[in-house]
This record gives sequence, structure tokens and C-alpha cells, in this order.
Amino acid sequence: MAWRRLIRHLVSAPAAGAAAADPGAVAAMAERLRSAGMRRLGRSLAILHVAAGSCGGCELELRATGNLIHDLGQYGLSFAASPRHADVLLITGVAGRNMLEAVREARAAMPDPVFVIALGDCAVDGGVFKGAAANIGGADRILPVDLMIPGCPPDPARIIEALLAVLAAHDGV
Amino acid sequence: MKDSKLIAACEYNAPAWANQEGVLIALWTDATHAYALYQPARLVAVALVEGAYPALSPSRPGAAWFERLAHDLRGHVARGGTDARPAIEQFRAADGTAAWPVLPAPDGPGVHQVALGPVHGGVTEPAHFRFSVIGELVVKLEMRLGYSHRGILGLIRGKSARLAARFAARVAGDSTVAHSLAFAQAAEAALGIAPPPRAVQLRAIMAELERCANHAGDCGAIAEAAGFGLGAAGFARQREALCAAAGAAFGHRLMMDAVIPGGVAEDLREGGAEVLKDALDTLTAELPGLRRMMESDAGLADRLNGAGLISPALAVAFGAGGIVGRASGQRADARISPGYAPYTGMEVKVPVTAEGDHAARLLLRLAELEISAGLIRGFLQTLPDGPIALPPPAGSGAGLGVAESCRGPVWVWLTINAGLIEDVFIADPSARLWPLLEIAAAGGDLAEFPLLACSINASPAGVDL
Repeated sequence: MAWRRLIRHLVSAPAAGAAAADPGAVAAMAERLRSAGMRRLGRSLAILHVAAGSCGGCELELRATGNLIHDLGQYGLSFAASPRHADVLLITGVAGRNMLEAVREARAAMPDPVFVIALGDCAVDGGVFKGAAANIGGADRILPVDLMIPGCPPDPARIIEALLAVLAAHDGV
Repeated sequence: MKDSKLIAACEYNAPAWANQEGVLIALWTDATHAYALYQPARLVAVALVEGAYPALSPSRPGAAWFERLAHDLRGHVARGGTDARPAIEQFRAADGTAAWPVLPAPDGPGVHQVALGPVHGGVTEPAHFRFSVIGELVVKLEMRLGYSHRGILGLIRGKSARLAARFAARVAGDSTVAHSLAFAQAAEAALGIAPPPRAVQLRAIMAELERCANHAGDCGAIAEAAGFGLGAAGFARQREALCAAAGAAFGHRLMMDAVIPGGVAEDLREGGAEVLKDALDTLTAELPGLRRMMESDAGLADRLNGAGLISPALAVAFGAGGIVGRASGQRADARISPGYAPYTGMEVKVPVTAEGDHAARLLLRLAELEISAGLIRGFLQTLPDGPIALPPPAGSGAGLGVAESCRGPVWVWLTINAGLIEDVFIADPSARLWPLLEIAAAGGDLAEFPLLACSINASPAGVDL
């Protein structure tokens, strides 16, 4: 029965051990946030995802952070459906020329302050696609980036660890 | 110059170009010719005259996308074509701006437009959908693609097959194995080499594992789009277990860059076979329960049965392959026809139905999950010893390669000159699914569109190149 499974899931222990942020990354980011005069937003952050020119690999792993094993929600992180409701702009893929305008508009529609995260090698510096005329490189060519999560694609545990650094740093502001 | 058998049989004349029977798979141009590929693997070419060739779209609607793409990529014109709109070209200024595209609504009282994308409300790839609706009823859907255009074909040209494989692996991240495999087989055909038997079988294990992971993911996405959270969670967990097993067995959760021209990049890791077997055992043990759960939920059945219909005639017209084709009566599977090692001579079960609705596509995915799990078990049992790769020689030639992905066949055509790739075309099966989505969405409810999109699951990245 469906409800029995549901109850079992609700009362059983988490499937994986809780992830923890890298203390070095936390300290560095907290310093950056303080120097930027970042205000406290509360303990949970909403993420707007924009794919700027990606193969879809990062999206798969990003989506996997929400499954029962990794359970992104348990840390107070969630994906927002609208830029108006988001605190974090998470960019995947190279800065494709055809997405520059959309990324800038998504950022403009978000209420300040905004954390910008570049996820995956392509968003970090253009990755394998660097140098093609169709793109201009990494996400930092469009907007200032606060956190880079390298990998092609980074696995879900690594993504969560990096996102926790944002939360922890933000807690320390 | 070495040429693969498929290329050697290519007909180069105008009458053959115009008078082909069968399902069109792809159309592309190089500097001198236009090429058309038909099922199962018939290649026809015609010389370009002043940058133009006779259009195939008047009799084959599925050709229209490729004619538009050929114009975007090379400026070649399909004479008499039915559709001159750009495919992936967005005519952007240097700073990335462009005028808001005019995608006209049909005339009629009460018609208005709803725009969706390229920034979506979830974790997904970019595409723009313009719905013309009357109330909730979609009267027309027009799409704009190209947002994920990275310039892949240009990056591949001028590189060696091994170097270029990194780009082929990143055409569509979810079918990275299928794309790498099709690319490797095209390069191997062009250079006249055959990968070692162990590599062939390892590739098949990876390809079937990728199929399982994608089908599990798609089943979960369908459940989620239909508002059935329990099913979505159950299948997402299966997908996660398969990706984790792939990571343990092959060193990468998506098995990116694992298949290379000449063989595979890395052997099965120690204990990998056991990890894969365990993951498959868990999958096959839990599948019947998941299937029962999906089949017994009345609300889900109401959303899936008889909805999102794609008729066999429509599937033929657009040459839909994979799950979408096979759920609408099309038997095509590239593993069997034209076939490639190690499937040749094997009995591979390919379930087909003609219902053409969401439920049919879901059930086919469930059936293929089980079949692919069985194939992997067999391949693991009979895995031969020996080398896993041989270095591609610096030869010259032309080659065609194909691999059946979760969406249908991925085709790669390329020419190599003294070890460097001169020209290339990559046809992801999504090129034949997007136009179908436009047609299938019309006449339906706007709120049903996410379910339709998940059920067909065309890849933006695959066609944006």
C-alpha cells in the first residue's frame, strides 16, 4: 500500500549520512559575504537554476540532489520556480551567446542580495567548449560569480557539499 | 581512401535523391553535396547547385527540421522546402540581445499566447515554447530552439578522432554513451579498424546501463509530471542506484568519455561486475512493485491512458524512433537493423505497441528496463579477456556510425583526412521528436503539456549542437 510505504519513509533514518561543508570554503565565502555587506536571509535558501549552454549532464546531477538518497531539502535548500522567489542564481553550461540575454534578465528579476553559483566545468571557465564562436566562456563572463563548483558533471554529493558552504557562510554573516 | 560499407553504397544522383521510399532518418550537407539517410541505413547524395538542393520536406515532413538546420549551419538552401524558419540560429547581436521572436498566433476569436522558457521553473534545459491558446485549449505550439548551441560541430572539425570524442560525448549528457559509441563507430568505419572484443562488450554494458538509468529517470519524470510523487521518488531512487553503480564500475556516474574511438578508455574496475549485478538485482526485484504501484493508481491511469496520442502515421511521417516510435507501432531499433556488434546475431527483444499514448510509452520503458538488465547480465557473464583499445591510425576515409540511445538511433557521419576530422554531422533522435511534440501538443490542454514533454522527452542539447 502506498501510504504504508510513505509512513515507513517518514519514520526511517535517512538513507545516507548527512553531508558536511568544507570548513575552508565556508570561511572564505563568509569573508566575501561580509565584505560585500550581505544581509541575513534566514536559514533556508531558494535556488533558481538557469542552463546557459549545457549538454544536460549537470542538470541530471543537479536533479539527483533532490532524490531520496541525497535529499537536498533536508538542508533547507530548494529550487524556486520564479526568479522573484530565489536567493541563489545557479548557472550550468557555457555562457552560450543565445542565453546571455536570458541569464541577465533572470538575474535582474531576482531581489537583492543574490548569490551566483557556477556549476560544472563549462560554467566555471567554458570547459571543453571554450573557444567556440557560439559561446563566450564561463558564467563569470556574464555576471560576477560567488562560488564555483567544478566537475563534468560534479556528482550530487559534491554539489550538496558546495551548497552547504553557502548556507554555513551565510549563517556566519 | 577507405570508406565504410554504408558510405560505399551511397548513391550520388538526382533521380535517386527524389525517389526514395522508407523512413527518413537525417539530412545534412557538406561543402559539395546534400546527404539523406533512410532507414535502416541507406545513404543517398545529390550535388549542390549554387548552394542549393531539391527539398525533401514536401513529401516528408520530418525533413523540414534538417533543411532548416542545414541552412543555419552552412547557408545551403532546400529548393521548394516547406519551412524556411531558422532551426537553432537566433540572430543575436554581439552582446547577446535579439528582438523578441514573432511566433504568430493563428487567427480566431479569443486566441492569446502563453510563453514558456528558456528560463524554466525547475532544473531543466532551455527551450522556448509559445502556446497559442483559447482558454486552456492549445490550438498551436511553436518552439524556438538553439539556446544550448555550443558550437560542437565546429569544435570537432580539424581534431583527431580521439580528441574530438570529448565533444561528441557532450552533445547530449544523458545519452553520452550512445553519442560516444555512434561517434567511435563512425570513426572506426572511416579508418577501417575494429575495436577488440572486450571493448565491444564493455561498450554494450555501458550503453544498456545508460538506457536503464534514462528509462528509470523518464518513468520518474512522467510520474512527477502526472502528480504522482510516490512513483517519482521510487524511480528517481532506482536511477540514483544505477548511476552510483556506473560510477563504481566505470569511474563516472554518467560514463562520460568512457567510450573512445578504438575501444574504451578504462576497463571495468575491480569489483565492478559485482556492483553492477547487485544494482540490477535490486532493480529487477523492485520493478514489479513499482509497476503495480503505477498501474493500480486510478488518478495516474486517468492522466496516462489515451492521452498524448501519437498515431502510427505521424510517427512514420517524422521518422520517430526509440520509445516514441515503438509505442506508435514502429519496429525500428538500430541494434537490430542495421545492427552492430555485439548485438548482431543475438536475439534482442524489442517490445512494440501501437497504442501511442502516455501509458504505452511508460509501459515500454518499464519493459525495456527489464530487457536491458538481462542483456547486461549476459554480457557480464560472457565478457572476453583481452585488450580494451587499439590506437586509431592516422588514415583517411568516410564513415557512418549508429548507436541506439534511449530516444532512438544516434547517427554520426564523418570524413577523416590524414587522421584529422574534416567534416562531421551528428543526428540526435530528438531532431525527429521536437516537431512531433509541436503537433501532439496542439488540441490538448495547456496544463497537460509538461506530462507530454516528459513522455516524449526530446533533448534540447541533442539538436542545439
